[in-house]
Amino acid sequence: MMRDRPTPSIEVNDITVSYSNGVAAVRNATFELGPSTICALVGINGSGKSTLFKTIMGFLTPSAGSVRIAGLPVKAALRQGLVAYVPQSEEVDWNFPVLVEDVVMMGRYGHMNVLRIPAKADRAAVDQALDRVGMSEYRTRQIGELSGGQKKRVFLARALAQGSEIVLLDEPFTGVDVKTESAIIDLLRAMRDEGRLMFVSTHNLGSVPDFCDQVVLFNRTVLAYGPTATTFTEANLAQAFGGLLRHVRLSGPDLHDDADQRRVTVLTDDERPLVLYGERDQEKHVNPDRSETP
Amino acid sequence: MLLGPAIDLLLEPFAYQYMARAIWVSALVGAVCAFLSCYLILKGWALMGDALAHSVVPGVALAYLLGFPYAIGAFTSGIIAALGIAFVRRLTMLREDAVIGLVFTTLFAIGLLIVSINPTSVNVQSIVLGNILAISDDDVTQVIVIAAISLAILGLKWKDLLLAFFDESHARSVGLNPWLLRVLFFVLLSACTVAALQTVGAVLVIAMVVTPGATAHLLTDRFGMMIGLAMLIGAATSALGAYLSFFLDGATGGLIVVLQTLVFLAAFVFAPKYGRLAARRSARRSAEVIR
Repeated sequence: MMRDRPTPSIEVNDITVSYSNGVAAVRNATFELGPSTICALVGINGSGKSTLFKTIMGFLTPSAGSVRIAGLPVKAALRQGLVAYVPQSEEVDWNFPVLVEDVVMMGRYGHMNVLRIPAKADRAAVDQALDRVGMSEYRTRQIGELSGGQKKRVFLARALAQGSEIVLLDEPFTGVDVKTESAIIDLLRAMRDEGRLMFVSTHNLGSVPDFCDQVVLFNRTVLAYGPTATTFTEANLAQAFGGLLRHVRLSGPDLHDDADQRRVTVLTDDERPLVLYGERDQEKHVNPDRSETP
Repeated sequence: MLLGPAIDLLLEPFAYQYMARAIWVSALVGAVCAFLSCYLILKGWALMGDALAHSVVPGVALAYLLGFPYAIGAFTSGIIAALGIAFVRRLTMLREDAVIGLVFTTLFAIGLLIVSINPTSVNVQSIVLGNILAISDDDVTQVIVIAAISLAILGLKWKDLLLAFFDESHARSVGLNPWLLRVLFFVLLSACTVAALQTVGAVLVIAMVVTPGATAHLLTDRFGMMIGLAMLIGAATSALGAYLSFFLDGATGGLIVVLQTLVFLAAFVFAPKYGRLAARRSARRSAEVIR
C-alpha cells in the first residue's frame, strides 16, 4: 500500500520529564530504535514507563532533551499518522455504543476528509485488518461484549488499519489468556517482518525473550538497552527490579549427578517466569513449555 | 358530528401564534440538548451539566438588569463557573463533585439574590422554571442562532468528539486535539443550556441534557443511531410538552421532563436488548440451557 513512508525509528535523546509538582518521572533517558524491531520496555510499576509512552505520544513535553520519530518532531510525526497506540484496558470505556468495526474504522480517521465519511479504501482496510486478527465474525458486536484478548486483537486491527509504521502497545498481555497471547505474539512478529517498529511495555518477563529482539530496561531512566540476548540478563533485571522478583535457582549439583556446572534460574514477578539455563554467566534464555494445561 | 369539534379543540393551540412558536422552539431546543446528552451520559458528566445550568442564572439576571442580550451574560457566567471549578479543584484536595456542588450553588445563590433585590428586572420564575409561552421575539432569535450554530458544529464534528471521548490517546495519534474538542463540547453545552433555560428553566435543564441520551443508549449499540433516537425523543417530547401545556394549563418544563421520563421508563422495560424484559428472557433461556 503506502510503502513510500519514512523509515520507522524512535530516538529518545537525554529526556527529562517532570510532573507539575517538579518531581522528575523520567530523568536523562536515552535510547534509539530502528525498523523491523520488537522492543520490550521492561520495568516495575511506577518506574515511569507510562510517562515515557506519553512523552513519545506527545501527551507530555520533556523539560529537557528531545524525542524524534522517524526523524521528525513528535507533533509532525503524529500529524502524518506514523504512530499507532494500543491502549491498556483500563484506559478505554467499554460501555460506549461502538461496534468492533467502528473501533477499527477509527484507525482510518487520519486518512479521511473532515466529515470522516469512509471511502471504499477505508472499508477495505477495515475488512482486511479484522480478517488478519481473526475478528471478522465479531464485527457487529458491541466492543464491551468481547473478552480481554479479543479486545486487544480489535485494537491491534485498528493499528493495522491505521497503517502506522510504529506501534506502541501498553501492557498487551494483561488479562489475556495464553492462547490469545500466542496469537498476539505471532501477529506482532508478522508486523515486524513487514518492517514495522513495535514498542511493547510489559512486565511479563517470560515472554520477552520469546518475541522481542530488543529490550529497554527502565526505572526513571534507561538502565540498559540493546539486543535481548545480551541485555535481558539476570544482573540487569536485578538492577531494574531491585528485590521485587521471585528468584529460584537450581545449581549444577541439584540438577545433575555429574560435573556439569550448568544451572537453571527462574525469575518471575508472578506473570510468566523468565527461565535461564547454562553455566554461570553463559546462561541462555529457555523457552518454557507454552501449553496451558499439562 | 362529534369529530369536528374534537379536531377543532385539538388544533386550537395552533391558532395562537405564541403557542405554535413555543412548540417548534421547544422541539428545536429539545433536539440540540438531546444531541449533547449522548456525550454527557457516556462521559458521566451529568453533574457538570447541572452545574452549568445553575451557574448561568446570575449572568442572565445581570443581563436583564443591565439590558444586554441574556445569552452573553449566561455564557460569561457559565465560563466563570467552569474556570472556577477547575481552579478550586487544582488548588485543593477536594473531590470533583464537592467542588462542582460548591461552585454552582454559590453562583445560583448569587443569581437568586440579584433577582430578588431587583424584582422588576426579571421574574425569578421565568429563569428557574422557564416560560416558553411568553418568549420574546429577541429571545426566539437568540435560541434559533444558538441551536443552528450548535447543530452545524455537532454535525461536522460528532465523530471527532466521539473518538476523543472514547480513546484520547488514539485521537491524538490520528492528529486530533482532544483538549480542544473537550473545550468545544463544554462551550456548546453552555450555549445550549442557555437556550434551554427559556424552555424548561434552570432546574430542569439537566433532564434535557441527560434523559434523551440515557433512553437512546438503552435502545442501540451504534453511536450514530443513538444520536438520531435521542434527538427524535428530545424534539418529540418537547413539542408535545409545549402543546399539552395549553390544555393542562401546567408548566411546560415540567410536562416536557415528565414525558421524557415516561419514554425512558418504556425503554427501561421494553428495550430489545437492554430492557428488563429482555434481561428476563435471556435469564430464562440460559436457565433452560442449564436444565
